Amino acid sequence: MNSGPVARLDNMSKKNGAAGPRKNNRGQTLVVPGEDLGDSEGFEAGHGVMAISGRLKAVKQGRLREKGRSISVEPTHTRYIPRPGDLVIGYIEGCTNNIWFIELGAPFNAILPMSLGPGKIDFGGTRSVMDIGEAVLCRIQEVEETHSSVVTMKGMGLRKIRSGVIEEIDPHLLGRLIGKGGETLRRLKAETDCRIVVADNGRMWVDGDLDGILDVRNRLSAISGDSNGGAN
Amino acid sequence: MGGYGDMQMIDENGLRVDGRSPGDIREITIETGVIPVADGSCRMTWGTNEAIVAVYGPMEAHPRKIQRQDRAVLDVAYNMAPFSTTDRMRPGFNRRSREISKVTKDALESVVLLELYPRSKIRVTIEIVSAEAGTRCVGLTAASVALADAGIPMTDLVVSVASGKINDVVVCDLNKEEDNYGEADLPMGILPNSGELVFLQMDGNLSQEEFMEAWQYNMDAAQVVHEMMVEALKRGDSQ
Repeated sequence: MNSGPVARLDNMSKKNGAAGPRKNNRGQTLVVPGEDLGDSEGFEAGHGVMAISGRLKAVKQGRLREKGRSISVEPTHTRYIPRPGDLVIGYIEGCTNNIWFIELGAPFNAILPMSLGPGKIDFGGTRSVMDIGEAVLCRIQEVEETHSSVVTMKGMGLRKIRSGVIEEIDPHLLGRLIGKGGETLRRLKAETDCRIVVADNGRMWVDGDLDGILDVRNRLSAISGDSNGGAN
Repeated sequence: MGGYGDMQMIDENGLRVDGRSPGDIREITIETGVIPVADGSCRMTWGTNEAIVAVYGPMEAHPRKIQRQDRAVLDVAYNMAPFSTTDRMRPGFNRRSREISKVTKDALESVVLLELYPRSKIRVTIEIVSAEAGTRCVGLTAASVALADAGIPMTDLVVSVASGKINDVVVCDLNKEEDNYGEADLPMGILPNSGELVFLQMDGNLSQEEFMEAWQYNMDAAQVVHEMMVEALKRGDSQ
């Protein structure tokens, strides 16, 4: 029935030593949740790391980073967490007489009150201005302690998106897309002859010729593919 | 646990019907990132069992009444495909899948740091494509790999293994015949780094000594499976 080798209990390899993987291969160590990262004495638990009973423990999957005394995990997959001032692209998921609910790809939806919407809108007229499923370019105005966020469309360039396509990548790959000083993004715009607006939640608005859009899409999938072993 | 009657499931050399010795577990393969649209996913085969798990979220919890103000909710759905067994499974939820969804959810809630995402929801869908025996163990183990793959913060992975008793011998990782005609079954959910338990069920009767022996088999097997899970996660990450 099973032709392959059978896993045997005596094949167990040794567990991490007292020092943990931190002492082995600095910089490029991959860690998984629950992995012991060594003694917490003298070290600070950064992102994706917790100090439990005097030991540092990874709570996310990713690459181990050591910066000074701070140990953190740069995660392989992330979800966008809204921060005030972020430029975001969201989809309208619902609305009431005076509020739109915006889906940002975050764990929590944001609200867009009528007073912060585009132009002057009559009470009850929200849906006639922006309907469910439409995409908007907006900015995070406020994030409360309870994680509820408010977005605004009052500001330069903030608008309902009527043309082009919206592409998506993991938010932590944005740095790779934009490049140092925006160099990579500038080159991408020039080479594909497309108008590209990159939002902080990993979505981007690409507008231009069909060929240009397809070109951008291929390059994005190459970036995503590089980061996760070509699974996507 | 139909009782073994006359069925001989261990030969004079101590080998089981599929040629394993009492402490051996079946062959396991684990693969991550199998569903491109999901935030995290895993395909796990364990003997002839096969489970595919997709994780979506954390995302806004709908309907609003299910939201918890202090933490996220885990929405776990376990389902066996109609073609997963030789007898066609009637599609949709049944008592068994509800029970397994609940125990899987309870086990995963012990490790996922839900308090980081209040009012949101993490959706875990477990689909059993091929079932032999021990699908709840495969589902739970694969779900913890898929959660890690989705970047959900967790204090540990969960490994689930079952041991049981056949012909008065305690054996590890029961197959279909042993599960159907054996005398007892003890599935456990184990946190491999701390050795803590998050899930324990027992079907049939075991003496205290037999229980401890099955317990030890599960604990040892959990370390073996854990290494495979870590290896699969790191392989998916580094390619």
